[in-house]
Amino acid sequence: MSLISVDNLSIRFRTDEGLITAVENVSFDIAPGEILGLVGESGSGKSVTAKALMQLNGGNTVYDPASRITLRADDREIDVLGLKRERDMEPIRGGMISMIFQEPMASFAPALTVGKQMVEQLLIHTRMTKAEAKEHSIDMLDRVGITEPAKRFDQYVFEFSGGMRQRAMIAMALSTKPKLLIADEPTTALDVTIQAQVIDLMKGLVEEFGMGILFITHDLGVIAQTADRVAVMYLGRIMESGPVRDVIRHPAHAYTQGLLNALPKLDDLDAPLTPIPGDIPSPLERPSGCVFHTRNPNHVPGSRYEREVPPMSEVAPGHFAALFPEDVRRTA
Amino acid sequence: MTKPLISVKNLTVAFPLGRRLIGTPPMVKAVDDVSLDIPKGSFVGLVGESGSGKTTFGRAILKAAPITSGSIQYDDGKDSYDIGTMDRQQERSFRRHAQLIFQDPYAALSPRMTVRDIIAEPLEVMGLTKSRAETDERVREIAAKCRLNLEHLRRFPHAFSGGQRQRISIARALVTSPKFVVADESVAALDVSIQADILNLLKQLQRDLDLTFLFISHDLSVVAHVCDTVAVLYLGKLVESGPTREIFANPQQDYTRSLLAAIPSLDPDRKSRIPEFERGSLSIES
Repeated sequence: MSLISVDNLSIRFRTDEGLITAVENVSFDIAPGEILGLVGESGSGKSVTAKALMQLNGGNTVYDPASRITLRADDREIDVLGLKRERDMEPIRGGMISMIFQEPMASFAPALTVGKQMVEQLLIHTRMTKAEAKEHSIDMLDRVGITEPAKRFDQYVFEFSGGMRQRAMIAMALSTKPKLLIADEPTTALDVTIQAQVIDLMKGLVEEFGMGILFITHDLGVIAQTADRVAVMYLGRIMESGPVRDVIRHPAHAYTQGLLNALPKLDDLDAPLTPIPGDIPSPLERPSGCVFHTRNPNHVPGSRYEREVPPMSEVAPGHFAALFPEDVRRTA
Repeated sequence: MTKPLISVKNLTVAFPLGRRLIGTPPMVKAVDDVSLDIPKGSFVGLVGESGSGKTTFGRAILKAAPITSGSIQYDDGKDSYDIGTMDRQQERSFRRHAQLIFQDPYAALSPRMTVRDIIAEPLEVMGLTKSRAETDERVREIAAKCRLNLEHLRRFPHAFSGGQRQRISIARALVTSPKFVVADESVAALDVSIQADILNLLKQLQRDLDLTFLFISHDLSVVAHVCDTVAVLYLGKLVESGPTREIFANPQQDYTRSLLAAIPSLDPDRKSRIPEFERGSLSIES
């Protein structure tokens, strides 16, 4: 039984220039203890998708009536998009679902101690007393590898280094024992050595707590090291999804292949870097049919990709790509 | 052996930590006794984590950071400068020989100027062209080399994507025909599909215009692909330097090894290792 199911999620934003499509027909599931990687370049709609899970998008957001987000926890099914009042969202935000952001400095309040912020959310989401919450918070700081946690508890974020801030953020996000953790580019602002530590820490905690993680990043290397399954997004649509090994070793969609060819690889320094031709189109000039056809180097002018949206076709067990069936070459 | 274009000897750049009413404040050494030669026509990578002093080192060569001790020599065969001691007049003429490409193409371009004016500004400020027609000609020439659409020169930067903006920044840096260019994290803010395009463009320009690059980056796999030689900085000190392939195939220092081991591999079955490295801190002198 999956922990969260997203079905046909379509999100548009009302702007002065009209309705802009940010996410279109996105569907995925995350099981308990599973890490789903969501990869995409800027403007692909990966953060908007993640924020929709907690209804954190702004007031100008329009969810398509066919969109469904179902959260299953403690034998209950919650229709997330059906919750209209802010008060109804409270047990979900920070309780059942926690989020880690890219910039840990910007996500903590600068004028409150780290400890005070950790205790505050525990008082909201759990029945702990203040003393219990403090004890639990210090324990969590210790678990994520922060030395002298009791002393750190009373410090402010500016006294923490970059890696320590991200650890404190993770400790805070996990202290309410969420069912689902959304990590939005959690290692992008960190140095590689610290990134490796944070990835290791997150994987260890998944095993221990059995939660699901939606791991958002633009870095395919980070995905290869963390995720069980991966979904590749481009201009608001999923282009390819499947088990991480299969997708990285046998990418079926031209966009995934393009991303991999553009990536500098350390084990083959002579491989030329091949950029994906063209630039990402402006959201106001969204291509018809397959959104990637304008940049696809293998595109045949006049083919049905210009007019029709390709379905998600199964190319290998559990591995799907936005291709018409005639273009599916099975890698059996 | 030819003379290097840039020769840095025992460079130290220190910044004061706050101010004192009496006496001098303690100084933190951002760059600590670094010596490095940059040969003409080379593509030198400078890597290190945040706080390692790589940006400060690049800035010092452009005389944009205070040189506490040591020396930096520039010598392209025709002109030579002692960057630490040159006067204002020399500094002005040095500026056209050495330029900087910034990290963030969204912040680096004035939103109120057209692309043509952005690229032409260095020529006008330095008075390198005699007429508007000559300026225009030079702008069109460099814009074409940077693969910008000449129709777009009258537009404003907001109309362009990240990759196109970075091409505008590069054209602006190269319009004065510099010999030496510092590219400070110039592809870090770009998406991977566009990053490859900009890297290929920089290599192409290096060959076509006979440029020498100091390429500052935290991304070792990018450096491995574009640089001939690489220098590794840690806490302001030069840890290791040499030909890229040698360093990547056979790193001599623990720190370099730990940096390389930490890069996430694209192969899901090859785990990146958590570096076992005792982190130090910047040296402070009171």
